[in-house]
Formats: sequence, C-alpha cells, structure tokens
Amino acid sequence: MKFKSQKIAYHFFALSMLLLILQIAYGFIMGFAHMGYDGLHELISFNTASATHKNLLVVWILSGFMGAAYYIIPDESDNELFSVPLAKLQFWSFAIVGVIAVAGFHVGWWEGRKFLEIPRPLDFLVAGNVVLFLVIILMTLLKGKKSSTTAWVLTMGLVFAALLYLPGMVYFDNIAVDSFFRWYVVHLWVEGVWELIMGGILAYLLIKITGVDREVIEKWLYVVVGLTFLSGILGTGHHYYYTGGPSYWLMIGGIFSALEPLAFLGMTIFAVQMYRKGNKKHPNKLALYWTLSTAIVSFLGAGLLGLAHTLPGVNLYTHGTLVTAMHGHLAFWGAYASLVLAIISYSMPLMTGRNIFDNRTGHLAFWCSNIGMFGMTGAFAAAGVAQVYLERIAGYDFMTVAKEIQPHFFVLILAATLFTVGIIYFIVNFLRFGRPTDEALKSDEDFEALKAD
Amino acid sequence: MLSKQQAKVFFLGGTLLFLAIFVGMSIHSLVVGIPENTNDSDMTEEVILGKQLWDENNCMGCHTLMGEGAYYAPELTRVYERKGADYIRTVLNAPNGWAPRGRNMVKYDLTPEEVEGLVAFFEWMNRADLNGFPPEPSVGN
Repeated sequence: MKFKSQKIAYHFFALSMLLLILQIAYGFIMGFAHMGYDGLHELISFNTASATHKNLLVVWILSGFMGAAYYIIPDESDNELFSVPLAKLQFWSFAIVGVIAVAGFHVGWWEGRKFLEIPRPLDFLVAGNVVLFLVIILMTLLKGKKSSTTAWVLTMGLVFAALLYLPGMVYFDNIAVDSFFRWYVVHLWVEGVWELIMGGILAYLLIKITGVDREVIEKWLYVVVGLTFLSGILGTGHHYYYTGGPSYWLMIGGIFSALEPLAFLGMTIFAVQMYRKGNKKHPNKLALYWTLSTAIVSFLGAGLLGLAHTLPGVNLYTHGTLVTAMHGHLAFWGAYASLVLAIISYSMPLMTGRNIFDNRTGHLAFWCSNIGMFGMTGAFAAAGVAQVYLERIAGYDFMTVAKEIQPHFFVLILAATLFTVGIIYFIVNFLRFGRPTDEALKSDEDFEALKAD
Repeated sequence: MLSKQQAKVFFLGGTLLFLAIFVGMSIHSLVVGIPENTNDSDMTEEVILGKQLWDENNCMGCHTLMGEGAYYAPELTRVYERKGADYIRTVLNAPNGWAPRGRNMVKYDLTPEEVEGLVAFFEWMNRADLNGFPPEPSVGN
C-alpha cells in the first residue's frame, strides 16, 4: 500500500462480506420455499426474499467495486485520495441507504422491477451517493501525478454505470416501456459497463501479479472492452424478443448476443496469456487463483451458458424459466463476485501487512465456493430444462411442474451448503487479516516488494 | 501487430457506432413498435391502476409477466385467456390468501376497484403481441 488513504477500501470490502452472507441466507429461504418448505412465509414471503437476495447481490458487488476503486485509483494516479472524510461519508451513507432499502423490502416499500426494487425516493439518495463517490475518484485521478489507461477504463466504467442508473428512475404506465428501460440499466450494466470495470480491475491485478509490461496489458484491455461494447450494446436486444418490442430485435439481438461470448473469451485469453507471459513468482497465490478464475468462470457462466439460451428459437421456450437462473448464478459469480474476491485477496495483505496469501483456509475457500457454485448451476440446469420440457413443450400446468422439479432444489441446497462453507472460509481469512494499518505503508509495495518477503 | 493507439480507436469507434445504432432502434421501438404491439392507446385508467398494483406489490417477485420475474409462481401474460376473469377475482379475493397445492401466495386486502384494475391489466396484457411468447405446447399438436 503506497498511500494511507487507500485503507478506506477495507470498509467497503467488509461491507461486501457482510452483505454476501446475508444474500446467501435469503437464497436459502428461496431454495427451501421451492422445495415446499416456506415456514417463514408470514415473516419473509418469497417476493421479499427474492428482492432482498437480488439487491444484496447488486449492493455487495457495487461496494466491492467502490472499494476496488478507492484502492486502485490512488495507486494508479500516484496520489492520496482526494478526501478521506468525504470517502467515509460516502461509505456510511451508502451503507445506510442499503440498510433502509433492505429493511423497506420487508414492509412492502419497493417497486416490483427485478433488480431495481429500490423505491424511487431512495433512488435519489443512491444517485447522490454515487455522484459523491465519482467526484472523489475523478478528483483523485485529475490531481494525480500519473494517469493510466487502467485507471481511466475503471473510472469510465463507474461513470457510465452511474449514468445508466438514471433511465431506471423514470416511471412509465406501460409495463413494456418500463421493462425496456429496466434493461437499459440491468443489461447495459452487467453485459456492458460493468465489464469495463471488470476489465480495469483485471488489468490492474494482472499488471501487479504477473509483472507483464503495462503497455501490453493495456493494449489488450482496449481490445477486450471494445469487443464487449461491439457485441453487448446491441446484445441488449435479447431482452426485447418477447417483451413487447418489434420483431427485428429477434434478428439483431440474436446475432449480437451470439457474439457476446467473444468478449468473455477475450477476457479469458487475455488473463491466461498474461499469466503465461509473466514470471509466475508472485507469492499471492490466492489472488492469482481468484483473478484467473474470474476470467475463466465468467466465460463459462456469462459467455457459454448465456449463448446456450440466447438464440430466439431457444429463448422462446427458456425465457421466464429456471434456465435463466442457471445462467444468472454462474455469470454473476464468475464475472463479478469472483472479481471482488480477487481484489480483496490481493489488497488485504498490502493494507494490513499480513502475508496471508497461500494458506489452507484460502484454498478451501476457493475450491469449496467454486465447486459449490458449479453444483448449484447444475441443479438449476436440471430443474430448468425439466421445466421447459414439462411446461412449455408438454403443456403441464405450472404448479404440477413445480412439484415435479422439487428434488432438484434439494440438490441445489446441498451444493449451496458447500458454496456457503467456501464463503465462510473466505470470511475467516478476511477476519484474520485484521484492520489496515499505517505500518503497512511502503513506497513500492507491489510486485518486487512482495517477492522480497 | 496491433498498436495500443489502434486498439483504442477500435474501442472508441466501435462503441460509438453501435451505440448510435442502438439509440436509433430504441427510439423506433419506443415511438412505434411497443405502442403498436401492446395497444398502448387502449390503456384505460383501470389498466394503469392494475400496473401500479403489480409494481407496488412486487408481483414480479414470484410470478413472471412477459417471461420476466422470479419463476416461483405461474407466468401470467395469458392468464386472462387461460383462466378467465372470475378465476383471477377469486384468487385475489381469497380470504386467507391463495395457496395452490401448498405454495402460499401473499394475502392481499384489495378493494373491489383494485381487483378490477388488475383484471383489466391482465386483459390488456393478454392482447399484447409478444412475437409468439408464450409458445403453444407442441406435444400432441
């Protein structure tokens, strides 16, 4: 850690860990309800658990991105953060808005719009909070002694993510128009600008971990994010096939969605090639594992499993079934959750001075959570495909099918238990690091310094 | 070999080009496509009330509509045609909350006007042209 102000990232990472555990708890409530055990129905109905599970995901990932930015931007711009008190204010207001939103879901204060259930009055607080965050990041970058492509790609991703939140704040009477703009936010986040953030953080991690020349990594970063927008922007069309949009979206969405895996494949090749070119001497094996798994699992989850049901002829049958849940879980896990765990694994030793980067707990965290998530994906796949055949092709009633596929949710819960064990191991390691300290300050803390340890 | 500058031009040029196409198609969809496909001009006060209730109660947190939602309760795009208005009223007015085969629906205390709003909303939804969604089951056809 070069600058004291980078320590603020710890707050955001700690919040991410707390919200991740809560997200998993609500996931279990939903899994058991699908199996027929909804004993908490009166207290936490399924739609409450569903809104909470999804929004906690968004908030903990965003918290991780913010923490990553607060750690990376001072390092990349060679400058202290613009204002630590403002960053603390931004952290606490972000956490408080998050708590109010989640509490609100339990008393019916929400809007029934998947992933964007936060009610509009709170949206304005979210927007204000994000503006404050961006001011801090941009001022740090502009006042910095250095400027890097990695820092600008990351920052642009964050700026565009904030701008894209705005279309989701407008109310429309026509639900098809409402849905159209909801995907401006959700799709253009996760299959657009969040990939800029992902590319920026991955590039930073690869520069630090592999020791490969920055110019080479940043050149390929442009290519990867270029592929993302080339395919992802018009790929939004796959959400407009059957939601009231004109029929030309079937062709446009189909073609560009089919190209979307290329961006993720580019990300995979980018990371693996840089690792192969590097000197493989970096001692932080856990950060390396999470970095490479981000690149690989995102391709499998977001790229391949997305492709599996994105073509219009297939999507006509899979749209609105558990097949989407299959894709969604592995995609979010691979592309964004693992990325946040990667930057935490990389930065925590540097912020705390504790060199926990190759221990048994960390490896158990990595393998249990990944194997668990693949098991969950398999369970969702089995349930989803069975649902498609029974309901959409054979014509059985929804509830008849729901009963038939209950056993798959037992498998889901078993796999989710293994996943949870992995996450608990990760959090145990996180707690072992303790809090960041000024004693961890080093003028040149990264690759060479760590190698000397 | 590709230079960093060329890579930057590829990124910025490609993004701007496809963004422009996307914005153009969006405008057409919003001005012409969606209003026609969804019979936007037929949206009565009752339909708008139904849509508000759909949002306020987060029905999408269990059901799906136009295939969008949470996969825990039935898809409702064509529920008006499949089950009829009276069935919808019965479900919404169930005194202890609807519980088909043990799966509990949240109990709502809706006014008669609100129930009719939701019925009107489903009737309006039923007429939307969604490019063939939901598909007709093919076995036996």
